[in-house]
Amino acid sequence: MSTRSEALLARPAAQLEVRQRITVLLTPPGLWLLLFFVIPLGVMALFSFRAASFGAQRQVFTLEHYQRFLADTSAQRLLWRSLLIALETSLICVVLAFPLAYFLSFRAGPSRLMLLTILVIPSWTSFLLRILAWKVLLGSSGIFNSLLLSLGWIEEAAPILLFSRGAVIITLVYIWVPFVALPIFAGLERINRHLLEAAEDLGSRPWQIFLEVILPLSLPGVLAGFLSVFIPTVGEYVTPLLVGGVDGIMYGNLVQDQFARALNWPLGSVMSLVMMLVVLVLTFGLGRGVKVTDLAGV
Amino acid sequence: MQASRARPLVSFGGLYFGLAAAFLYLPILLLILFSFNDSRTLVFPLREFTTRWYAELLHSPELLRSLGNSLWVGLLSSLVATLLGTMAAIAIVRFRFRLQGLFMAVSTIPLVIPSVVLGVALLLVFAQFGVPLSLLAVGIGHTILNIPYAMLIVAARLAGFSNHLEEAGMDLGLTYWGTLLRVTLPISAPALLAAFLSSFTTSFDEFAVAFFLVGTEATLPVYLYSQLRFPSRLPLVVALTALVMVTSILIVLGTEWLQRRSLSTRRRSA
Repeated sequence: MSTRSEALLARPAAQLEVRQRITVLLTPPGLWLLLFFVIPLGVMALFSFRAASFGAQRQVFTLEHYQRFLADTSAQRLLWRSLLIALETSLICVVLAFPLAYFLSFRAGPSRLMLLTILVIPSWTSFLLRILAWKVLLGSSGIFNSLLLSLGWIEEAAPILLFSRGAVIITLVYIWVPFVALPIFAGLERINRHLLEAAEDLGSRPWQIFLEVILPLSLPGVLAGFLSVFIPTVGEYVTPLLVGGVDGIMYGNLVQDQFARALNWPLGSVMSLVMMLVVLVLTFGLGRGVKVTDLAGV
Repeated sequence: MQASRARPLVSFGGLYFGLAAAFLYLPILLLILFSFNDSRTLVFPLREFTTRWYAELLHSPELLRSLGNSLWVGLLSSLVATLLGTMAAIAIVRFRFRLQGLFMAVSTIPLVIPSVVLGVALLLVFAQFGVPLSLLAVGIGHTILNIPYAMLIVAARLAGFSNHLEEAGMDLGLTYWGTLLRVTLPISAPALLAAFLSSFTTSFDEFAVAFFLVGTEATLPVYLYSQLRFPSRLPLVVALTALVMVTSILIVLGTEWLQRRSLSTRRRSA
């Protein structure tokens, strides 16, 4: 804060003025977030104790749904499975995206930003379209199979890739790779190039420079990239619906089912709360050094 | 260090980049190819070239209606998100206040929870207070998703120029609010527009939250999703999404350009 505003703060009247400004600036966004974010989460927590979604039973409060969730091993297994799918997807994304980001930052020279834009353009297309693209590509009457058939390379449609856990992961990786490359690239760009020269002058070999200087310094960006895939993927329900089939079902589908089909809102609330807590704990556990701006890709 | 090394014409990195770009573009290009194919099924071999799917779009009132709905929801929710995000950004960059950490946490937590949770929580709160689901509900959900982005984009811009300019404005007789309007906001204009466009494109493509909150009127992604179940409607959907894709590329390229311009003017003024 500059000297002028400090001087302002010294006078009680000016202090009041500053407080007024803060109040005016913060009240609208604060109220909005309170009304449409904090309170809804609170209502969800309240719903998790209700006996039923509608009717008189709604006014009865119970731990029944928590007990049901704790006893429901299939729900827990599904949560575990979704965490694994999210983990695999984000790891594959990081492994695929790191060399891209490295190439752009260290090898691509002045055209790096243009090349980065080229990578990101496909992800500005409709999310549903990109999933649909893979549904079409992977299906038994899909493009891969019909292409191979019409070329005469295969006699009949190959075993379908669609409707499996693998199809979900391939599709999600496709969707997220560019979003992982961005924060890794940003992280690599922040590395002071003089450090690399210093390491070289001190006799480090290129692989040593990579392993001991670049890699550790890139970790915050890598983690941001990892989390920016991991967080939405844990709760994913659209991709499994379209390409997952029975094998590729995820925890998000279970949550969605409680609201859209089963209309068991209290149980759905329990499931959402559990997922939210798991994701928050993992995010704050893993993401200590991660800048929130990296995570947002800003 | 890099300059001294002779670079081969096609490096390993360049090759990898090319493969990655192909991986990212081919599925979309194939869909665009099929949007000009005269067949209701998306399979090889290709049939005649046709533009009839694009022509049919114009005679699909429900689809055009959902497109209009999405444009309205995107426009209004992005305006609100940009306005509120900007106010929050000014507060967190230019002032220190009690519970600032809490405010930052609450306003950025939408970034770190799966959006299905937000959709469900809003569904419950509207049900609790008897508010019927509608496009308004969808728009409100989108503001919560977008406020963190808008706030961070504008905050980055505000942190990039010193508040001496604002102090100068006040020394010259403007009130604090006058300074905000006449000095701060004009300087931040590129960031405001970037925040707006980023919010708009997010809202326009958003499905996971909208799915829970639409009433009788669908947004475009919700409508598209409902159409995916009917294979005969597929070419139409593909044609429409190809159009949407081209439009959103234009919009986001515009955003990028603005953001970069805002960064470069920032560097110049620094």
